[in-house]
Amino acid sequence: MRAPILEVRDLLKQYPGVTAVNGISFSVPEGMCFGLLGPNGAGKTTTIEIMEGILTPTAGEVRYRGEPLGERFREEAGILFQATALQNFLTVRQSLAMFHGLYAHGRDIDELLKLCSLEALAERDNRKLSGGQLQRLLLAIALVNDPAVLFLDEPTTGLDPQARRNFWALIDSIKAQRKTIILTTHYMEEAELLCDEIAIVDRGRIIAQGAPRALLREHFAAVLLELPRADFPDGARKLPLQRIDADDRVEITTDDLDATLRTLIGAEVPLKNLRIRPANLEDLFLELTGRELRA
Amino acid sequence: MMRRLLSVWHARNLEFIRDRGTLVFTLLLPLSIIVGMGFIFGGPPRPLFKVGVVGSAAAARADAFFHTRYVQFLAVPSTAAGLHEVRRQRIDLLLAPGTPPRYWVNTDSPKGYITEKLLLAADPHAQRLPVSGKAVPYLDWLFPGILAMNVMFSCLFGVGYVVLRYRQSGFLKRLHATPLSAFEFLSAQVLSRLGIILIVTTGLYLVIATMIHFHSAGSIALLLLITVLGALSMIALGLTVAARFASEELVNGLLNLLTWPMMLLSGVWFSLAGSPKWVQWVADALPLTQFLHAAREVMLYGAGIGAIAPSLIYLALVTLVFLGFGAWSFKWRI
Repeated sequence: MRAPILEVRDLLKQYPGVTAVNGISFSVPEGMCFGLLGPNGAGKTTTIEIMEGILTPTAGEVRYRGEPLGERFREEAGILFQATALQNFLTVRQSLAMFHGLYAHGRDIDELLKLCSLEALAERDNRKLSGGQLQRLLLAIALVNDPAVLFLDEPTTGLDPQARRNFWALIDSIKAQRKTIILTTHYMEEAELLCDEIAIVDRGRIIAQGAPRALLREHFAAVLLELPRADFPDGARKLPLQRIDADDRVEITTDDLDATLRTLIGAEVPLKNLRIRPANLEDLFLELTGRELRA
Repeated sequence: MMRRLLSVWHARNLEFIRDRGTLVFTLLLPLSIIVGMGFIFGGPPRPLFKVGVVGSAAAARADAFFHTRYVQFLAVPSTAAGLHEVRRQRIDLLLAPGTPPRYWVNTDSPKGYITEKLLLAADPHAQRLPVSGKAVPYLDWLFPGILAMNVMFSCLFGVGYVVLRYRQSGFLKRLHATPLSAFEFLSAQVLSRLGIILIVTTGLYLVIATMIHFHSAGSIALLLLITVLGALSMIALGLTVAARFASEELVNGLLNLLTWPMMLLSGVWFSLAGSPKWVQWVADALPLTQFLHAAREVMLYGAGIGAIAPSLIYLALVTLVFLGFGAWSFKWRI
């Protein structure tokens, strides 16, 4: 077991009338990509901002390399917020140089431009970048101090699918450099692809934690059958099936596909629109909370 | 179309009403200006002429001249102090009661000329002692005021709005996630704005001085020191206003609340000599007044550092107090 680089202990964050984070604890070993997965408003961003030292918790603490967050943490942490504006009238290279100057040690700016595919944009005004280009610049800024731990708060929200995939490839290459990454997302595909371990957060609490595949194995025996809700007659609701009713579909989990299909045919459920697929993290969230992840 | 217009109208009204700080200042600013101006310039008609009286002014009150309406009589501690004021046209005439009374008048002062006529009409035997010394043309007198006012606006709005924009856009929050301290951030803002101000003010000085054929009577190096301290005090004030707030309209209101009194009471446009004592106390407390006083003394009368030391010390203190308060109350995020 690797020593934890970050430890989160009994975090509590309360605002008037709202408990945003309600007793969250976990630890992250060095070199791991740890994901906080949950719907909007679950408490992911509040948790990560407390971990970044931006927010003060009502109770609980965060320790970096066994010590409370301090000078060393600020020097060694890289952060990509959900939304950040940069100074006007500065080019990509000048923006990087400004942040480079804030740290005692840093990566070479040309090397960063290359890593984040920004070489061709180096002299462009940062206000004239596309969403994906700006996000790559913000990632380059987060890496400017060659951080030991990198925080990515919903890094691909708002990006088009192509830009999102490019960004995943970029994060994958950073992962390969053995950086510790803390990632929040509500894209289960992103979490499954990038994270070694995830914590599913709902209403300020962790409701499940582990490696994505292990969690899926633990909660889903085999496969998942998906039918449009309109195709599932009321009479079939009494069938002995492990079933979840989502907004527009019915999901049936089974470890005996043949028997389940026979049951459905026997109940005259139309199977024309039936889809059989392995369970994913979105299904897991639905299973655990009865609600959809993106609700 | 009307429905859409009403929808946006309603939402904007709610936004305005719920931004309580802005609402208060929208009401408070014009009210405070009216009340303040009423106190300063209201009341009975103001005297048209100012006469300094040396010595026991009270004993001379029986003289006919002292009953002249619209002439304000001000006691001056000594003849030398009174002459200083006459030369600068802060008073129109200096009178030493006696038999016969003696008076000093600035031969270059139009108001001095009229005041002299009034005195001689009341007492034809009064003994005239003309004052030598160049009178200050209004444009020369105004020049330091314009420069100082430009420094004030540039510092207060330039710094205040920039910090506010950084906070609103989340740029400050991003900086907070780095090893940068609030003190370092604020110091960088101060130094950046100070450099800009010095370059701009030097340029303006050279252009305007050439245009109006102005030559500073005092040291340019001392003038530079005054500008540095004056600008620092204004930047510190701007940073204090912008240290916490995230509402553009509120910060705008607060900046206006600071700039209006300074613009009117610091003597940019007209001298406040002769206004009520409490107005002069308020005016003296404003950093622009001290900045302008020091600048005028050096530019117009060639004062040395000793003569303006109190103003310089005051500006330095104001800077330290407001910078300290700004750093202490500084908020990185909304």
